[in-house]
Amino acid sequence: MVRTADLLPLAVAVPLLGAVALVVVGRWLPRPAIDALVTVWAVLEAGCLAWLWLRTGDGHSVSWLGGWSPVRGESVGIVLVGDRIGVGLALLTAALVLAVVVYSWRYFDEPPVAHAGTFPALLLLFEAGMVGFALTGDLFDAFVFFELMGAVAYALTGYRIEDPRPVQGALVFGVVNSLGAYCSLLGIGLVYARTGELGFAQIGVQLARHRADTLLSVAFVLVITGLLVKAAVVPLHFWLPDAHSVAPTPVCMLFSGVMVELAVYGVARVYWVVFSGPHGIAQPHLRAVLVAAGVLTALVGAVMCWQQRHLKRLLAFSTIGHVGLFLTGAALLTSASTAGTALYVAAHAGVKAALFATTGVLLDRHGSVDEHGLYRRGRDLPLVGALFALGGLGLAGLPPFGTALGKAVTEHAGEEQFPWLPAVFVFVSALTGGAVLRAAARIFAGAGPRPRERYAGPETTGSGEEPEIRDPQRRIPTPMLAVPTVLLAASLALGLLPGPGVALARAARQFTDRTAYTAAVLGHPATPASPMPDVGWSAEGVLLALASTALAVLFAAAAVWGPALRSPLAGRAAALCEGVGRRVVVPLRRLHSGHLGDYVAWLAVGVAVLLVAMSV
Amino acid sequence: MSRSARIRLFWAAAVVFAVVYGFACTGLPHFGTAVHPYATRAVAASLRQRTANVVSSVNFDQRALDTLGEESILFASVLGTIVLLRHARDERVGRPRAGRVLPSTRLLGLVMVPLTLLTGVYIVAHGQLSPGGGFQGGVILATGLHMAYVAADYRVLKRIRPLAVLDASDAFGAGAFAALGLAGLIAGGAYLQNVLPLGTFGQLSSGGLVPLLNAAVGVEVGSGVIVLLASFLDQAVEVRPAQNPGSGGGT
Amino acid sequence: MTILPFLTAGWIFLAGVYGMVTSRDIVHAVGCLAVAQSSTYVLLLTVGYRRGGIAPYFTDTPLRTRTVDPVVQALALTDVVVGATVTALLLALAIQIRKRHGTVDPDALTGLKG
Repeated sequence: MVRTADLLPLAVAVPLLGAVALVVVGRWLPRPAIDALVTVWAVLEAGCLAWLWLRTGDGHSVSWLGGWSPVRGESVGIVLVGDRIGVGLALLTAALVLAVVVYSWRYFDEPPVAHAGTFPALLLLFEAGMVGFALTGDLFDAFVFFELMGAVAYALTGYRIEDPRPVQGALVFGVVNSLGAYCSLLGIGLVYARTGELGFAQIGVQLARHRADTLLSVAFVLVITGLLVKAAVVPLHFWLPDAHSVAPTPVCMLFSGVMVELAVYGVARVYWVVFSGPHGIAQPHLRAVLVAAGVLTALVGAVMCWQQRHLKRLLAFSTIGHVGLFLTGAALLTSASTAGTALYVAAHAGVKAALFATTGVLLDRHGSVDEHGLYRRGRDLPLVGALFALGGLGLAGLPPFGTALGKAVTEHAGEEQFPWLPAVFVFVSALTGGAVLRAAARIFAGAGPRPRERYAGPETTGSGEEPEIRDPQRRIPTPMLAVPTVLLAASLALGLLPGPGVALARAARQFTDRTAYTAAVLGHPATPASPMPDVGWSAEGVLLALASTALAVLFAAAAVWGPALRSPLAGRAAALCEGVGRRVVVPLRRLHSGHLGDYVAWLAVGVAVLLVAMSV
Repeated sequence: MSRSARIRLFWAAAVVFAVVYGFACTGLPHFGTAVHPYATRAVAASLRQRTANVVSSVNFDQRALDTLGEESILFASVLGTIVLLRHARDERVGRPRAGRVLPSTRLLGLVMVPLTLLTGVYIVAHGQLSPGGGFQGGVILATGLHMAYVAADYRVLKRIRPLAVLDASDAFGAGAFAALGLAGLIAGGAYLQNVLPLGTFGQLSSGGLVPLLNAAVGVEVGSGVIVLLASFLDQAVEVRPAQNPGSGGGT
Repeated sequence: MTILPFLTAGWIFLAGVYGMVTSRDIVHAVGCLAVAQSSTYVLLLTVGYRRGGIAPYFTDTPLRTRTVDPVVQALALTDVVVGATVTALLLALAIQIRKRHGTVDPDALTGLKG
């Protein structure tokens, strides 16, 4: 009988062993056998984590690697800790990897010669990195898994070497993220110098014995810098659209669906367990700084998303917009906001992955992801169009999608302190959802006049992409349609079924309780004492969600049919939009220059601003 | 953004960083302080586990999961490099040319290759006792083989470098580390627990699982680095450029 | 000046970042990234220094000898491997960029913008 605690290291080891198996036997197996093998492995990992989720329940599963359990509260080993949020994220990762594996059954007809099995092996290594990061209870170990996640991601981003853009996007991604990770390591060094510990819980205990000073804030800022870069928080976000618009579609599903969100989880985990104790980082201060960063990120992401015609880039910016909302939700630092954000992240993963999956079908059929170039060309794909539009509505927060419920709970949690917060949530989800609906209407319904090609500013069009599959004549493979359908259904289920909400409410209470985590790690479990947040539909939440959906439809309609209107009112509105665009949007777009030096300079600025904001 | 604007932006950020970081450093314990709680415990644990090299004990016993992650990064990077440096559809592959090498260089290589390989094996095998270990020894093994390239030419290197086997042994080394960890679970302990007999302090067989994990890492690093370098050398020596380079850029 | 060694780490980091900001060559930028990373080695090893400590090996030294911190050395070793492998990946990408764009100057890479 496997002990619950042993499932934690197994969840990391299983995908690693799977990757090894694929590399070793891959060169002798035919393609279907490789696909079958990696699917079996992904199912095994998902099963392992589902079992862990069930057996951990509302407590903590704790595994001291190497048997180095603490003696008198001290240990030399690394601990893996599973609680509902951590295991839940790992489970989400595993589910999404499974979806991606099934989606790519017929994908990539040309893996490197004599190295068949490399792509699925890299996927499993990526999974190991993400699961390890979600489960670890050690600061340096988190850095190692973070880098594993990163290294695989850079390679996967540059996978299509024949196209000039992927290699450029992957390099920018690699350099900026690595630099962020080294900032984190500097922070870890400072934390170690002060406390002489590396475990989250142990550092937290030691930090509580010092008074708060500049060293503490600097160490905190540096540690979270790498995570904020990965979470694409403005102005550390520039790499994300470049990487997401060029990575292979199945990889984008993982990037946008869970990798970026894991970084937000990392920030929250590090804050709650390590820095939230007595003499730690002050809550109001941190809340103000991170909510500001989150709102800025959400607005920039949404505005930039609306401007795109390259579909994958559009979805990438919508990810930035939503990650801004997630960061805001996590930064409200209450258990209710944490529960809402967790639900929002899970539902968003389904919706966003489904959107990327359907975009992959378009790329497969037409060799383009350009909204303007694809005008009316998707009319022969009604099912794909329906899925894409449904994804847009899910992004906008149509009830009863889980995104709407998560958004509603988070908004409600933040209303008291920031009364304007629901407006930001509604605007950002409406604009990102509206952008998707606009593209859907033009491509699949051929609605409105042909989009005009008169924009003269910086732009990535998305035409002339290399199709990722080299056989456009065949039928669309069933998995490429089944996977987005299932993902959207799962996202709906998260909003409809009461079970996930209740589980995540308990999870959030546990997640925001530092003493419970520390006690569990040091071997004397305690139950959280704080009250359970309420996670369920409310009249206000439904109204706000309906408002954002209606606004999204309105935005899309205005963009599609607006240019055809001849009334003076429409003319004045168009002139106003143009004026705002020239003064605000074009300069903003110009900042996204694709230049490595610019991005590094912005990273330095971001760190400097955070240092000042947290040290004063 | 113009170049000068970028540099000005950097300087503004750098000055802030320097001031705040410098101020934070005043809060650090004194340089050379005697208080290192984790270090004290790690040394004691290492001696209990009869591993004379404390760093190896930390890397392969106390914090072995870090090293498992690190080896997975290496494994992933080797796979990634193979993917990124594969032959594109529009590239031609040429035959490497024979190089002209002085007889004295050739003789030196003939002597040094086995000597270097032996040194590599020694350093891997003594990882639990003296400075070194799987990674350091593995790198020496890999670079030792490349002395054939320096002392002879690329064709000789290709002959003594069975890439298919090395690919598999790279994966095997990474897999062996993850699989050896299971021994602890099977013996009723924790993952990566050092359940083997610990041996006598200071002997080659001491440290229990540490020398085995070191060997796995040595195999992985040795073959991984050779495969990694092979991808790069292949690009430099064999791959001829596409007909019209520089087609990309604008969109 | 007991904080000078710590300041060195910050200096190296900034030097690396400066190099990346001003770089006109991707390979140079990747090198500067390695410079920025080496600041983490310096910081870790400085943090772990113990006055009068020897290297943490007991092959031929008495067991009670004071040693420097072995934990940060292990961390630095892990860090070195991570840095080396990531650098290899980035250089592989630089080779492909040279092939596909015909240049390694960041100023000339304009495929992704807006």
